[in-house]
Amino acid sequence: MAWSWFHIIILLPFLFAIVVPFLYKVFSPRIHTGWFVLIVPVFLFIYLLRYIPVVSTGETILLTAPWIPSVGINFTAYIDGLSLIFALLISGVGALVVVYSIYYMSKHREALHNFYVYILLFMGAMLGVVFSDNIFVFYVFWELTSISSFLLIAYWYERQRSRYGAQKSMLITIFGGLSMLAGFVMLSMMADTYSIREMISQKEIIDGHTLFLPAMILLLLGAFTKSAQFPFSIWLPDAMEAPTPISAYLHSATMVKAGIYLVARFTPVFGGSAEWFWMISSVGIITMLYGSITAVRQIDLKALLAYSTISQLGLIMTLLGLGSAAIYYGNGEESAFYAVAILAAIFHLINHSTFKGSLFMVVGIIDHETGTRNIRRLGGLLTVMPISFTVALIGSFSMAGLPPFNGFLSKEMFFTGVVNSTSLDIFGMDNIGALFPVIAWVASVFTFIYSMILIFKTFTGKHYPERLEKEAHEAPTGMLIPPVILASLVIILFFFPNILSDYVLQPALMAILPAFVETGGIDIHIEPWHGWTTELYMTIGVVVIGTLLYLTLRKWQGIYRFFSPEGRLNILYDQGIVKMEEFSLGLTRRYMNGSVRSYLVYIFTFMILVVGGSLLLSGGLTFDFTNDAPISFYEYGIVIGIILSGVLVVTAKSRLTAIIALGAVGYLVSILFVIFRAPDLALTQLVVETATVALFLLCFYHLPEFKKRGKGVGFKLSNLLVSLGVGVLVTTLALSADANRLFEPISSFFEKSYELAGAKNIVNAILVDFRGFDTMMEIVVLMIASLGVFTLIKLRLARKDGEE
Amino acid sequence: MKRANDLLLKAVIKVAVLIILTFSINLFFSGHHHPGGGFIGGLGVSAALILLFLTYDIETVTENLPFDFKIMGAIGVLIAVGTGMGSFLFNAPFLSQTYGYFHLPVFGETELATALLFDLGVALAVIGSSVTIILSISEDE
Repeated sequence: MAWSWFHIIILLPFLFAIVVPFLYKVFSPRIHTGWFVLIVPVFLFIYLLRYIPVVSTGETILLTAPWIPSVGINFTAYIDGLSLIFALLISGVGALVVVYSIYYMSKHREALHNFYVYILLFMGAMLGVVFSDNIFVFYVFWELTSISSFLLIAYWYERQRSRYGAQKSMLITIFGGLSMLAGFVMLSMMADTYSIREMISQKEIIDGHTLFLPAMILLLLGAFTKSAQFPFSIWLPDAMEAPTPISAYLHSATMVKAGIYLVARFTPVFGGSAEWFWMISSVGIITMLYGSITAVRQIDLKALLAYSTISQLGLIMTLLGLGSAAIYYGNGEESAFYAVAILAAIFHLINHSTFKGSLFMVVGIIDHETGTRNIRRLGGLLTVMPISFTVALIGSFSMAGLPPFNGFLSKEMFFTGVVNSTSLDIFGMDNIGALFPVIAWVASVFTFIYSMILIFKTFTGKHYPERLEKEAHEAPTGMLIPPVILASLVIILFFFPNILSDYVLQPALMAILPAFVETGGIDIHIEPWHGWTTELYMTIGVVVIGTLLYLTLRKWQGIYRFFSPEGRLNILYDQGIVKMEEFSLGLTRRYMNGSVRSYLVYIFTFMILVVGGSLLLSGGLTFDFTNDAPISFYEYGIVIGIILSGVLVVTAKSRLTAIIALGAVGYLVSILFVIFRAPDLALTQLVVETATVALFLLCFYHLPEFKKRGKGVGFKLSNLLVSLGVGVLVTTLALSADANRLFEPISSFFEKSYELAGAKNIVNAILVDFRGFDTMMEIVVLMIASLGVFTLIKLRLARKDGEE
Repeated sequence: MKRANDLLLKAVIKVAVLIILTFSINLFFSGHHHPGGGFIGGLGVSAALILLFLTYDIETVTENLPFDFKIMGAIGVLIAVGTGMGSFLFNAPFLSQTYGYFHLPVFGETELATALLFDLGVALAVIGSSVTIILSISEDE
C-alpha cells in the first residue's frame, strides 16, 4: 500500500486547477488560459495510451494508496479494459474540447479561470470515478462530477435558464447519487468489503441475499439519473444552457456515460438475474424510443442533440441489459452469442462520443457564427460553411447508422444484439422478447429522421441572412480542428474497427463478463458486410421508411400536439419543487418563530427529556454520600449567597439589578473555586465574569425595554417548569455521576503532567497538551462566534423588518 | 459610548491598565508551572483593553493601538493549528507537544516548551475574539 505515480496522475487535474487562477491573472488576456490547461488532458491521454498494450493482454493493474486505512477506505486505482476506455475518452475528448473552447470562449469577456477550474475539477473527478475500486472513493468522485456539472451549467449564472438547468441537474443527479450510496452500503453489508472487485468474487453470497433487490434498485437509480434515462431524463435538455464545449464534453461524451459505466462495472455482481436484465433493458429501450421521438419535434439544434443523446444512452443501456444474460450461461458458445450485445454497447459508446462530440461542436460553431440555433431561422449554410457542413454530414450519417461511418457498424451490432436476445428462453423473454427488435427498429427510424433534420434543415434550403443575428461565415481554423479530428475518427473507425476490438474492446468485455477471462475473450471480428442478414434488412427498412417519413414530415408533425411526455414530467418536477419549498418553509416557520425564549425552551426541554430519560431508563439514578467531605461553614454561606442572588436575578424589577445580581452569582462561584483550591478556575471565572458584566453593560443601551412579556400564568409556569427541570436534572446528574464508578478514574494520568508534559500546572498541561485538540477547537469556535457577531452587526441587512 | 471627560478615572486607568497588562503577561508565562496560561492571560489583556475603551473613546484607543483584532484572532488560531501541523514535520501525531531545557543568556537554565507557542495562539485568539465582539457591539449606535 503506497502512493504511486498513477494516483498522482489521477489527481493531476485537481492539482493543476490550483494554479489556473494565477495563470489567468498573469497572462490574461494576452494568452488564452486554455492553452495552459490543454497540457493536462494531452499529457493524460499520452500517459494512459501506454497502458493499452498492458491491458490488451488481459492483464489488470491494482494500485492501492492509503487514505483512511483505519476504516478501510483506500484510494485504490484499478486499471482494466473498461476503466481505460473511459479514461481515454475523458482525456482524449477533453483535449479536443479544450482546444475548441479556446476559440469558443472569448478571452476578453469570459471568466476563463472559473471555466477551466470547473473543467479540470470535472476531469479529475471523472478519472477518479472510472479508476476507483473502493465504493466510497467512487462515490466521492461521482458526486464531484455532479457538482462540477452544476457549476458548468450555471457558468453563465446571470441567466435565469442556466440557474434553473443547473439546479435541476443537481437535484436529480445528487438524488440518484445518494440512493446509489445507500445501495453501496447494502452491498458492503452483504459482501463485507468496500472493494468492487471483492464484491464480484462474492457474487454467490450477494445473489442469495435478501438485500439483493433493494441494493440493485438503489444502485440503478444512481445510474439512471446520471445517464438521463426515462423518466429522469428531464434534466439533460435543460443542461444545454451550459457553454457548448461543456455540452459536448460532459453532457454527451463523458459524464452522462458515468451511469453506463456504473452499470457495466456492476454487471458481474448483479448480471445473470432476471431483475437486472429487465430493469435495465426495459428502461433503456423506453428511453431510446422516447428520446428519438421527442428529438424530432425540437427546433433548437442543441435540444435536438440533447434528446438524441438521451436516446443513444438508452440504446447503450438496452444493450448492457440484454447482454447481461450472457452471465447466466457462463462462458460457452451460447453465452458468447448474447455477449455480442455487451460488445456492441462498448463499441457504440466510443462511436457515440466521436460523432456526437463532432455534432455538438458543429452546432456550437453555427451558434457562434450565426447567433442562433433555431432550425426555423437557419438554412442554406452549405455554401457559407462548407467544412462545418462536411463534419455535420459525417456525424449525422453516422448517427443515423449509414455506411461508411462507424455508426453503421455499431448500429448493425445493436440489431444483432437485439435480434439474438429474441432467442433467449429465460427471464420470460420467450413471450415478449420479440418486442425488443420492433421497438429498437421504430426508434432507429426516428433516429434517422432527426439526423436528417439536423443536416438538411440547417445546411440546405434557402439562406435567409436577415433572420440571423450575425453575418454567417466559416469558423476559424482552430475551432474546426477538433470536430474535424472527431469526424475523421468516425470514418477511420469504420474501415479499421478491429484495431479497436483487439486492443480495447476485448479487455473491456472481459471486465464486464469476467467469465470470459478463462477462454481469452470471445471471437470479435467487426465487419461492415456479413451477407444478407436480418440486421441489414432492418437497416434498409430504417433508411427507406425514414426517408419517406422525413419527406412527409409536415403532414404528420401535428401528432406531436398529443404526445408530450417531457412537458408533463417537467410540470411534475416544477410543481414538486414549488410544493416542497412551500411545505418546508411552512414547517420551518412553525417552530423558528424568531423568539430566543422559544429556542431556549426547545433546547432545555430536549435536554431534560433525553438526558433525564436516559438517566432514568439506564438506572443510573443512585446517590452515595458516604465518601463525601463534610460541608464547611463558608461553603454553606456562599451557597446561600448564590441562591439569594439567583432569586434576585429572576425577581429583579430593573435590568441593571439583574445584571449585577448575575455578576454576584459568578463571583461567588469563583470564591467557591478558591475554597476548593482551584486557582486556575477561580482566576478564569473572575476574568470571564468581569468581561461578561462589561458586555452586558455595553448591550444595555440596545436591549428593548425591560418588560416581562406575556405575563400569563401559562408563560410563567412553563418558565418555572423548564428551569426547575434543568436544575434538578443537573444536580441529580452530578450526584449520580459521583455515585457510579464504571471504570477507574483517569485523573491519575493527568497527575503525571510533569513527567509527560514538563508542566507542574496540571490544568494548563491538560489545556495545551493532553486535551490540546479540544482547546484548538474551542478557540476556533470562539473566533467564529466573534466573526458572527461582527458580521451580524456590521453587515446588518434585515433592518427592513422594522423590529429595531 | 458617550461619556463625561472624567480626569480622575483616566488618570487611575492609565496606571491600572499597566498593572493589569503586566499581570496578564505574567499569568501567561507562568501558566506552565503555576496558575495562569493563555486563556486567562488573553482574557486579562482584553479586560485591560476593554477598560481603555470604556474610559477613552474608541477612536483614541484605535489610533494608538492600530490592530485589527479580527486579524489578530485569526493569527492566533493559525498559530495554534500551525503548532499542531508542526508535529507532522517530526513525524509525530497532530498537536504533539514537547519541551526541553536550554541555557539562555539572561534567564539562565530555562525550560522551553512548544506548548507555549500553542498557548500564544490561544491567547491571541481569545484577545482577538473578545475585543472584536465588544467593539462590534459598542460601535453599533
